[in-house]
Amino acid sequence: MRNKLLYGAFIVLGICTLLYSCQTGEEIDKARYYINGKLAYETHCQNCHGAKGEGLGLLIPPLTDTTYIRENLNSIAGMIKYGVSGEMVVGGQVYNEVMPAETHLTPVEIAYIINYIGNSFGNNIGFYSQEQTQKDLAGYRP
Amino acid sequence: MNKLVRVAIILFTLSACTSSPKKLPILGSREAVTKVVDGQTVVDTLYQTLPDFEFLNQDSVPITGKTFENSIYVADFFFTSCPSICPIMHRNMVNVYNKYKGNPEVMILSHSIDTKYDTPSVLKKYAEKLGVSGNQWQFASGTKESIYGISPKYMVFTEENDQVAGGFEHQGWFILVDKEKQIRGAYQGTEEKEVQKLMDDIDILLKEYEK
Repeated sequence: MRNKLLYGAFIVLGICTLLYSCQTGEEIDKARYYINGKLAYETHCQNCHGAKGEGLGLLIPPLTDTTYIRENLNSIAGMIKYGVSGEMVVGGQVYNEVMPAETHLTPVEIAYIINYIGNSFGNNIGFYSQEQTQKDLAGYRP
Repeated sequence: MNKLVRVAIILFTLSACTSSPKKLPILGSREAVTKVVDGQTVVDTLYQTLPDFEFLNQDSVPITGKTFENSIYVADFFFTSCPSICPIMHRNMVNVYNKYKGNPEVMILSHSIDTKYDTPSVLKKYAEKLGVSGNQWQFASGTKESIYGISPKYMVFTEENDQVAGGFEHQGWFILVDKEKQIRGAYQGTEEKEVQKLMDDIDILLKEYEK
């Protein structure tokens, strides 16, 4: 009787550990992408978009419009890689400037950046994978 | 009694610490000139001053040294399509602009080093999108010779260089100039802390002109 109880406790503990480690697997990925994304953001984006994603006047749009980020999530990879031109409305303001292309960035670097932007400045998109980035880049039509 | 003496000594020592109002240094080269005053030969220091200039501002109005004769000003060099340090510089400069907005004694002079593309109308649009109106912040365009000729006078390096992003290489210094056209400070325009120091120094410099 006592042995059975012990076994039972072990099994429950084992399942819990498994579940927990799975969860932390994604959590670790998310944290890793976010940290790498912060570095990549500082190198490739921050000069213009600012340390707080605040943008600059009507010259450079901010990254704090959470609705825009959410609704255009699958275009962001393409926008980063191929650049942006023409009119866009962000945070209720019209912007019409050119964002230079960053064609040298690899999909994983772009995924890092999207994880950082998407989970900073008030945004909360959760984890955005490298596979998703590749899919979004392939399907990108400006 | 002994105690009283001690307190007196401490107070006396402390009173020596209250410094006279802080003064900014005068930067740049200087030379000694000898002249005769009241029959006596004295040596005076002649400080470097900025030469006169003529540019067009964002309203296509000519601006010269005279435009800034009753104000101290902050000068920098940039171009509107700059993908590297200019957005940081002007994000910081907007803070300076907002702090002294409406104070005719403080002006800003941004020189465009892209003398081909940055015409007054391009600069006007840029200024508006930056949130700048009026003429407290002047955006200067000029000939290549005049812009690249004056930047070393401000001790700022500028150069056309197709090897760098954007095609122009330049430093991000903010240069503080007094009403006598003397350079009183140089601050890294890309560093928020240095720009804060610039604003502190502007306050110190303004005090020199208080009557």
